[in-house]
Amino acid sequence: MKKLVTGILGSAALMVSASAGWGATLDDVKQRGTLRCGVHTGLAGFAAPNDQGEWSGFDYDLCRAIAAAVFGDPEKVEAVPTNATERFTALQSGEIDVLSRNTTWTLSRDTSLGFNFAGVNYYDGQGFMINASKLPGINSALQLSGAAVCVQTGTTTELNLADYFAANNMDYNPVVFQGFDETNAAYEAGRCDVYTTDQSGLYALRLTLANPDEHVVLPEIISKEPLGPAVRHGDDQWFDIVKWTLFALVQAEELGITQANVEEMKGSDNPEIRRILGQEADTSIGTVLGLENDWIVNIIAGVGNYGEVFERNIGQESPLKIARGLNQLWTKGGIQYAPPIR
Amino acid sequence: MQTKDLSFVRIELEPARPAPAGERGIGKWLRTNLFATPVDAVLTIMGLLIIAYVLPPIIRWAFIDAVWSGPNRTVCATVSQGGIQPDGWSGACWAFVNAKFQQFMYGRYTFSERWRVNLTAIMFVALLVPLLMPRVPKKTLNAIAFFVVFPIVAFFLLVGGAFGLAYVPTNLWGGLLVTMVLSFVGISVSLPLGILLALGRRSKLPVVKMLCVAFIETVRGVPLVTVLFMASVMLPLFMPAGMSFDRFARALVGVALFASAYMAEVVRGGLQAIPKGQYEGANSLGLSYWQSMGLIVLPQALKLVIPGIVNNFIGLFKDTSLVYIIGMFDLLGIVRQNFADANWASAQTPMSGLVFAGAVFWAFCFGMSRYSIYMERRLDTGHRR
Repeated sequence: MKKLVTGILGSAALMVSASAGWGATLDDVKQRGTLRCGVHTGLAGFAAPNDQGEWSGFDYDLCRAIAAAVFGDPEKVEAVPTNATERFTALQSGEIDVLSRNTTWTLSRDTSLGFNFAGVNYYDGQGFMINASKLPGINSALQLSGAAVCVQTGTTTELNLADYFAANNMDYNPVVFQGFDETNAAYEAGRCDVYTTDQSGLYALRLTLANPDEHVVLPEIISKEPLGPAVRHGDDQWFDIVKWTLFALVQAEELGITQANVEEMKGSDNPEIRRILGQEADTSIGTVLGLENDWIVNIIAGVGNYGEVFERNIGQESPLKIARGLNQLWTKGGIQYAPPIR
Repeated sequence: MQTKDLSFVRIELEPARPAPAGERGIGKWLRTNLFATPVDAVLTIMGLLIIAYVLPPIIRWAFIDAVWSGPNRTVCATVSQGGIQPDGWSGACWAFVNAKFQQFMYGRYTFSERWRVNLTAIMFVALLVPLLMPRVPKKTLNAIAFFVVFPIVAFFLLVGGAFGLAYVPTNLWGGLLVTMVLSFVGISVSLPLGILLALGRRSKLPVVKMLCVAFIETVRGVPLVTVLFMASVMLPLFMPAGMSFDRFARALVGVALFASAYMAEVVRGGLQAIPKGQYEGANSLGLSYWQSMGLIVLPQALKLVIPGIVNNFIGLFKDTSLVYIIGMFDLLGIVRQNFADANWASAQTPMSGLVFAGAVFWAFCFGMSRYSIYMERRLDTGHRR
């Protein structure tokens, strides 16, 4: 049913977008003066309002980075909160310019929904959390045979769970719930031994538990959930801008360019740093994208590099304290890797 | 000759003696109201026990152990959760509500322009209160000011973009502001439109009747959630590229039309309860259709259905929360959205936020309900059954 609806929406969108003819998103954005960015309606660390009611978070900072690249000002973002279904039509219909809403990159979304995923800003995956006081001595998901597992129904999470236990010849008792909140409450009330959802969600849930120390996130990751920003098919220039904004964040971290030192880095001896900051003579590092040549300077001065964005919103400087894991740079054991910017 | 007059004639009343101790004061009240029969006594004691069991923990949670202010989640979390409270502590996190209070009221409405919302609210109260008090004169003028002038002024004040006021797009609106605007528009559109639809449905003109029946039955047959969902998901796909119809306007239109259809059926119930003699009496006086409706039938019919009308208003007030479907955040929506703020994530945050939202909704709905009871009593002119 869900697929059918998505299919109908998708084909409707394709018809409409084909007749309308997309292109020149950059011109639209510049003319409007703000970037319309689709974000989550509220997900801890990724997009949530702060005390002043301003949006903040890991996904929202990517919107700010794109705005900094286009306008030189990270504040020129209009956040459009979208729910799980609405996000796709909002992008298809042109209501938003880019979707930065922890959306998993899959084949069908990339093709039949008519999107282009501009990369992966967060490598997530489904994990397990257990109540260590109830299940002492367990330190691997492979020891969970016979456990009662709380899971949200109708999600890919539920399917992945079934696959994983079947593949490893283990039994389990699924305890299924409709919504995120009910599932959390059931786990907290001890109706199951194990909770499973994306790892970033497990860390967020752990913050709200009465005794976080009793709960352990197991190391196994049983699914791939590459989350990244998406744009519409048919506007390659805009696709490039979003894609290279993400790469610029990663590359800046690799080169040690931070929000604090970006100005002095302009005069660095390292030609690579000078090049990506647009300081070489007759450079065209921004104009090839339709941007100013100092677009990367604006991004880093506005939001910081990838590592800074990560630590500030979901890493050690935030209450979530998510480890870098796969999202570490490729030079440090992770898989965040940017093609050369030259 | 002086004789001693021994006869006794009472020339003043003996002062009334107090009733016997068992028949007066608190003892009597307790006996008649709480312990009249053994069953009453058992029920009373059970009731008291339940209160004694339930109330202290609630008071303890909501007041004694509660945290009233603080910069972030640490004040609402126990030591093992990374906070400052002792382990095992459980109390309301009013600090969360405190820190987010402005947001719960205005949403993301531009900071420097919030006086405009306050001014609108003051005007709203200043015009509504005299309208609700029967003693205050000049009702017609007051009603025109409230239902015609105020919405226009409020529109320009809240939206801006004219008279030197900065434009505040509706996607920044939120919280109680959205709840109030939606229910005000819903209520003040649905009552007149509902009355017209109800009259239309009973009309003898076939086209009018058919249109009204079709509208009412269509709208009542489709869930509001579906319509809002269609408006937010399907509508943009069929609009010209890049053009988007204001989300808040979509919600306003949807909610107002919905409430009208329901209101029409409530009013029709009242119209059917009016005896035929009233209609015939009006006709025999030579009144036109609108005169007979306005002067004879509707005043009686509306009075009969006050509970139903207020019921609709209260339902509408609470249904405004459904706008979360189209990415708008009313009071409940914005409270729930703020649960996602990692700086305030704690075990107590969701409960405290929901209790706050519930209390605000309750206060408004209870007010409406009490006023309707007052109105019913006042208008009760001898039809009590």
